[in-house]
Amino acid sequence: MEQKIPTMAEMAAEGKEPEILFWVGCAGSFDERAQKITRDICKILHHVGISYAVLGTEESCTGDPAKRAGNEFLFQMQAMVNIEVLNGYNIKKIVTGCPHCFNTIRNEYPGLGGTYEVIHHTQLIQSLIDEGKLKAEGGESFKGRKITFHDPCYLGRGNNVYEAPRAALEILDTELVEMKRCKSNGLCCGAGGAQMFKEPEPGKKDINDERMLDVLETGAQIVASGCPFCMTMLTDGVKHMEKEQEIKVLDIAEITVRANGL
Amino acid sequence: MVGQVIFIIILLGAVYLFGKNVAKVRRNILLGRDTDRSDRPAERWAIMAKVALGQTKMVKRPVAAVMHFFIYVGFVIINLEVLEIMIDGIFGSHRIFSKLLGSLYGLLIGGFEILALLVLVSCVVFLARRNILKLKRFSGIEMTVWPKSDANYILTIEILLMTAFLTMNAADYKLQLLHFGHYVQAGSFPVSEFISPLLPSGANALANIERGCWWFHIIGILAFLNYLPYSKHFHILLAFPNVYYSNLKPKGEFTDMASVTNEVKAMLNPSFVPEATEVSRFGVKDVTDLSWKNLMEAYTCTECGRCTSVCPANITGKLLSPRKIMMDTRDRLVEVGNNIDKHGKDHTDDKTLLDNYITREELWACTTCNACVEACPVNINPLEIITEMRRYMVMEESQAPASLNNMFGNMENNGAPWKYSQADRLNWAEKE
Repeated sequence: MEQKIPTMAEMAAEGKEPEILFWVGCAGSFDERAQKITRDICKILHHVGISYAVLGTEESCTGDPAKRAGNEFLFQMQAMVNIEVLNGYNIKKIVTGCPHCFNTIRNEYPGLGGTYEVIHHTQLIQSLIDEGKLKAEGGESFKGRKITFHDPCYLGRGNNVYEAPRAALEILDTELVEMKRCKSNGLCCGAGGAQMFKEPEPGKKDINDERMLDVLETGAQIVASGCPFCMTMLTDGVKHMEKEQEIKVLDIAEITVRANGL
Repeated sequence: MVGQVIFIIILLGAVYLFGKNVAKVRRNILLGRDTDRSDRPAERWAIMAKVALGQTKMVKRPVAAVMHFFIYVGFVIINLEVLEIMIDGIFGSHRIFSKLLGSLYGLLIGGFEILALLVLVSCVVFLARRNILKLKRFSGIEMTVWPKSDANYILTIEILLMTAFLTMNAADYKLQLLHFGHYVQAGSFPVSEFISPLLPSGANALANIERGCWWFHIIGILAFLNYLPYSKHFHILLAFPNVYYSNLKPKGEFTDMASVTNEVKAMLNPSFVPEATEVSRFGVKDVTDLSWKNLMEAYTCTECGRCTSVCPANITGKLLSPRKIMMDTRDRLVEVGNNIDKHGKDHTDDKTLLDNYITREELWACTTCNACVEACPVNINPLEIITEMRRYMVMEESQAPASLNNMFGNMENNGAPWKYSQADRLNWAEKE
């Protein structure tokens, strides 16, 4: 990357405290597609001049997939170790690149001693737009293209965040079309509840293929989302339908970066 | 006089029997673990007013919502008429409110008649949706003979009750016109005046019809009351407390397990001395491991299938059906309760909710997406039961699918669900 990614360790060594911690998450750290989104979130943070840092090698899984799979021991082990790190750095505010990390740290860490103001990156983007710090200019034009938004379960139903990601799309000169199953009625991509890490149970079809029917119905050329797991599932779904030429799956952060030419 | 005595005996008998069965349901619900839902009372009253009384979650399906609203309003308001019937029955009076209310009485009876007609039409449409149109929502592996019959019984009983009510009014109206006996001019009959031409013209025959329908209607209502504790229709009562005790936290937040926290703290810090807590199993194997709220939800479920119809696993042909989770929980709880009645408190059969009722394949198919929780018009949470049973399988039995065990292993060793080293966690910053 062009810019240097500041880590908490470095900042602390210099006696500095960033305004916000960017919690990257496991997918954002290791999954190639999600890594790109991670870099895009950093580009946005850098562009607007927010002082931020990442934990880097001190970050560890929030424990979300363990908890959803029923392994509360492992979840709490992960949580307590993470909380110790976060509290050690006196973290107050966290932005995550993943709705699962967002939900877990926001809702499930306070009971274990970790209370922070936690936002999802689409909420950060929304507030930057509201403050006039982010626009959609100087980059790629989305004019005339149809975009639909797939609500990640742990952002939407899980935490009632429906408008933030849409706000980031509404400033584009484009047509935002909703799928038949959207917002609180949104259909899961199939990855939640630790399904990402196992084969689905026997059935008629895969859930992401079912979701593709909704996408195709809208006639959208871009499916936007805000979750690395949805990203994988939707991208696979588009591949199964052999629609890779017609339909692109993009994260809200990627769209924002493209629209601003960052 | 004889009529009054018979009426009072039937009334007392019905109330006693109902009270006894409700007490049994209450006892069964309280077999569950304790959970505190006494916080934030103002918010709880508000959500009850909105979701239970105002039925705001029904509107997502407008056709069913409108007709359900007719039946609901009809049920609640026609109860005023039942109050009059009770008083008449006990004191041997006839249309006692007519003297008290004067011209308002006509308005009331007229209103009841219109509601009764709307209830009747709605019930006929609901029967048609279930039995002729065969809506997909009303089928599924859990919709066996009894659940289907239960629904049809409820609708048929309501149709019969409304028919009796309207026929009674039609006969009364005709008798009023004949100035027969005590049938004083009272009420207005916008619906039953159209039924009255179908009735015989003889005063005695009319009086018999009027009395017959009166008795059928009130005995029917009391019998229906006693049917409730055995039926999915119990939701008309439990919906209110069930919504009052709703989970007020974000849906994405899963319950914490204090028992685990103690052990984890002790593991991370050997000098930590945990508070003495009740030793119980981790997660849920049988209904008595569930919380009383989970059990109340099982009795509240009216098997409408909104949960199952939005479940991504069910939609794509997996075995999981959130409605089945609730129905199995209730069936098992009733079984456990009956065992206690028959064999005493400490009796155990060799059955459990897990495996005997709910299979592991169902539980592992869940994506924890909360669609079922969102869809439930009375805020039932099938997901919590699923998660609790996963906790039992994983923490008590170490029986997770192999790929999930791999994921656990990776997380334990490298702090990520995949096999990547924690030392490589910042490599993304070097690329591009």
